[in-house]
Amino acid sequence: MQDLTNAFVELIRRTSTDLPGDMELALRDAREYEAPGSAAQGALDTMLVNQEMSRRLSRPICQDTGTPIFEVHYPVGWSTRALAAQIKQAVVIATEKAYLRPNAVDSISGANSGDNTGTEFPTIHFHEWDEDVVQVDLMLKGGGCENVGAQYSLPNAPLKAGRDLEGVRKVVLDAVQRAQGQGCAPGVLGVAIGGDRGASYAFSKQQLFRPLGDRNDDPELAALEETIKEQANELGIGPMGFGGKTTVLDVQIDSLHRLPASFFVSVSYMCWANRRRSMIVRGEEVTYQ
Amino acid sequence: MIHKLTVPISDEAISALHVGDQVELSGVIFTARDAAHKYMVEEFIKTGGNPPQSEESLYELLKEKLDGGVIYHCGPVVAKDDGQWRFVAAGPTTSIREEVYQDLVIEHFNLKAVIGKGGMGPRTLAACGTFKAVYLHAVGGAGTLIAERVQEVEDVHKLAEFGVPEAFWQIRVEGFPAVVTMDSHGQSIHAEVAAKSEAKFRELVGV
Ligand code: SF4
Repeated sequence: MQDLTNAFVELIRRTSTDLPGDMELALRDAREYEAPGSAAQGALDTMLVNQEMSRRLSRPICQDTGTPIFEVHYPVGWSTRALAAQIKQAVVIATEKAYLRPNAVDSISGANSGDNTGTEFPTIHFHEWDEDVVQVDLMLKGGGCENVGAQYSLPNAPLKAGRDLEGVRKVVLDAVQRAQGQGCAPGVLGVAIGGDRGASYAFSKQQLFRPLGDRNDDPELAALEETIKEQANELGIGPMGFGGKTTVLDVQIDSLHRLPASFFVSVSYMCWANRRRSMIVRGEEVTYQ
Repeated sequence: MIHKLTVPISDEAISALHVGDQVELSGVIFTARDAAHKYMVEEFIKTGGNPPQSEESLYELLKEKLDGGVIYHCGPVVAKDDGQWRFVAAGPTTSIREEVYQDLVIEHFNLKAVIGKGGMGPRTLAACGTFKAVYLHAVGGAGTLIAERVQEVEDVHKLAEFGVPEAFWQIRVEGFPAVVTMDSHGQSIHAEVAAKSEAKFRELVGV
């Protein structure tokens, strides 16, 4: 099995220092949409200038380089233990190179491990698949936006939200309203319907790997994605909460089976610094997307 | 028009600022977030300005530099070249976590501005009015751009104890861009946007 440590370091560098193309485009579109000279437009301009500088200087777009979340798809025969060790090593190197900020803190003592490794840190999920390539998706999930994520158990009486898609709409809008600009709006919402509490949150984060504009195959869920996106933007929270037309850039929803007794809706909020990239290993060749 | 602010900032300069104003800040400021705020309140303020001996020198320094000074809610990415620290990415972090500490720190040190993101609550807004201070909102996530405005890392305090993101970084900035979102006249863009969006939310959800 080949050593992919350096390839992982490069994946981390690209993810931390350069926004994916769909995000940059969405921010540019949003900029045209906001009132000229408004604080909202000013904020989007700052984001775009920052993005260009970061790419050029190869520096983290945002100083909160977040929780690195690796989704590793691998063919039969690869060692997940070896891959995990290489990923951890790459995270240590990337931290030394300042592509990542030391972000792993011992919850009890408060001590920072200094190299972004710790218990369940970074997050690594393995998925064996039938393809003959290894694909690694990486997301850097910042703390500010993670903190405004929310999980609801339906029915929810105060929001008059029942166990149906109308109920889902209401609680997701509630999450956006509560978040205000705190998650560094404009954000992207990943929503999971169903599952247990743990699976539900994890699946909501999976949605954030979907390209912007990607719609669920289920026409009802696709329509709900559109509706929530539109209505969230009617709230007028705007970039950074300065007020404005752009509060979310997209909403992506999918569902899991659930227990008859439970109906969870989980919302993961991703900030404008939506750092996610993929790398594909085909034999000796490594490509990045 | 862009208001230029230089540390130490006068009460008059603060009074001239209103929500929505754009500012560019220059001078020596300190980063401080959760650990640093808790520390200042526990060691300096709750002791009535009599910190334990080990903390005295830092207290004296902060008393001097924060008088008319600025705290920045930021946990930077830093690098060290030839023994000299450099800011690599330095956008703001969420400010509301310091709500329970901020008014005490503003009062105790005669702080004139707090920079962060997301805005703060009623306690801080009240302190901005009483002690003449403002809340400046930087663009969250604009880590590289703001780091470019950091001319020099003069010193770092409590690095070993708190770690890189939480330490007190003493930095000299030039033309640090931000928007006034809470002023010394009782206005807050955050409260305004929250109220408007709440009304719309109620209409959309039917509650
Ligand atoms: S929410 Fe995102 S952009 Fe904002 S500080 Fe955190 S990681 Fe950076």
